[in-house]
Amino acid sequence: MAVKVVKRHTPTFWEKIYIPQIYCGLKITSIHFFRNLFLHTAHLFGLLKHIRASVTYQFPEELRPLMSRFRSRHRLMVRDDGTPRCVGCTLCETVCPAKCITIVPDEHPDPHVEKYPIRFDINLGVCVYCGYCVEVCPEDAIRMDTGILDTAAYSREAMQLDIHELMNPELRKPISGCDLDFPHKCEIHDGEMRGDWESVGVSSGTSSHS
Amino acid sequence: MSDILIKLVLAGVVFFGVLNLAGIHAWVERKQSALIQDRIGANRAPIFGFTLLGLFHGVADAVKMFTKEDIIPERADKVLHTLAPFFSVFFALVAFAAIPFGDRLIIGERVIDLQVAKLDVGLLYVFAMLSLGVYGMILAGFSSRNNYAILGGLRASAQMISYEIALGIAIIGVIMVYGTMDLGDLVRAQGGYIGGWIPFWGIVAQPVAFFVFLTAALAETKRAPFDLPEGESEIIGYFVEYSGMKFGMFLLTDFIETVMVACLATTLFFGGWQVPYLMPDGFHFPWGGELAVSNLVYVLLGVASFSIKVLIFCWLFMQIRWTLPRFRYDQLMSLGWKGLFPIAVVNVIVTAVVVLMFGEGA
Repeated sequence: MAVKVVKRHTPTFWEKIYIPQIYCGLKITSIHFFRNLFLHTAHLFGLLKHIRASVTYQFPEELRPLMSRFRSRHRLMVRDDGTPRCVGCTLCETVCPAKCITIVPDEHPDPHVEKYPIRFDINLGVCVYCGYCVEVCPEDAIRMDTGILDTAAYSREAMQLDIHELMNPELRKPISGCDLDFPHKCEIHDGEMRGDWESVGVSSGTSSHS
Repeated sequence: MSDILIKLVLAGVVFFGVLNLAGIHAWVERKQSALIQDRIGANRAPIFGFTLLGLFHGVADAVKMFTKEDIIPERADKVLHTLAPFFSVFFALVAFAAIPFGDRLIIGERVIDLQVAKLDVGLLYVFAMLSLGVYGMILAGFSSRNNYAILGGLRASAQMISYEIALGIAIIGVIMVYGTMDLGDLVRAQGGYIGGWIPFWGIVAQPVAFFVFLTAALAETKRAPFDLPEGESEIIGYFVEYSGMKFGMFLLTDFIETVMVACLATTLFFGGWQVPYLMPDGFHFPWGGELAVSNLVYVLLGVASFSIKVLIFCWLFMQIRWTLPRFRYDQLMSLGWKGLFPIAVVNVIVTAVVVLMFGEGA
């Protein structure tokens, strides 16, 4: 094995008298100080907004730009008629290493679709954000591209996403009303079955592929 | 009767100014460090929806400090443990009495020195009070009955003694040049000009003493790079057993001492309330121009000049605090005893020779 001899740095006289070195350090910090002070002042007057004055982001108000392949909170894709694109194959539930997905499939009136989920829950407190569910989905029905990073909640129950929140990522708990028309086990109404296919306009035998 | 009233007003003005400046230091510290490190700094505490660049964080801090539980360790010396932070703040505050912040104000027949206490040995008084401040630290360490606290207190006293000697000897040069210990007269003596152009301030007469003073004064404030007595995160300081506002008072002492040292640097080396080319009757520019001003305007300009210089020094100390890392303890001691002390002594000797050869005050 080769031995690398690292020479210990002995301070020169110039460094030992401190003051020139302190001046150099003060120069660096002062350049940062006055540059940022000038930029912040300019920003107050709405000038030079394209030059950032700080490397930090003011998180809740200002979101960091995310990479396009970044995995954030899940969403279920929606067909034109407002029903989920999910066909209830439960591949994602099977592949999920954290076992945080719960799907209850039911028969779809359209013979081309076969099944759809009447219940689709993701427990974000358990989810490891691996993205396998997205990779495995044959229908491109689930994606992790909402850009929502904050999953904080006051209770474990609030960490459970049900089909309402998954289909409409804008919604946050507590959700006031149910806006889904197709039949589903509605968590908002204590797990009752809600909705019917007539109001969606899907009747048996018609194709609803979008 | 009115004499007492005038003194009370002066004391009130100084007290108000110093405490506010020390309080604002907490905000300046956050914001300035943030700007240096490309951050934004505390900006969230709102009052009626206004955050005012985070200025209210100081208010929030004060409320927090006052409402926190005040813990006195079971085996601590309760009286001394309670007294220690008060000693710290008290001695740091009373030192301001001798600092002149303006020239004589003439109202009617009465001549008022803008200085709380006009002392013939003002400089000695200030240094005595600054030295007594170490009692607060050593008492805090001793009375806590905590080994780490007492080690912090010992570090503090060792550091203070090492640096106060260099500080005091650096000042002797200034006293020799201006021939007075009365801080008011000392500032007045700095009103001369070399060749009619360069103000004869302490920095011009005693540049070496200024650098020694600045370094020793930084050590005196117990802030980075000389914050070994406290060492907030790594080595435990003398106030480890303090909580609530007593802890806050130690923090406040640091800021008050920073202001104190800024005031001293201004008074001794930057002409105190002197404005370049401003005489008591108005401006006399070396290129021949003249501009007469009334006594009130003259005094106000002086007070403004003093305040601006103090603020610049506060900024500089803060900048140094966020530029330099902490010294190792042996480095600190060798800098104090082998670096600053000999330089200060040599400076005194050279000054003595120069003063002897070229007569009174250059």
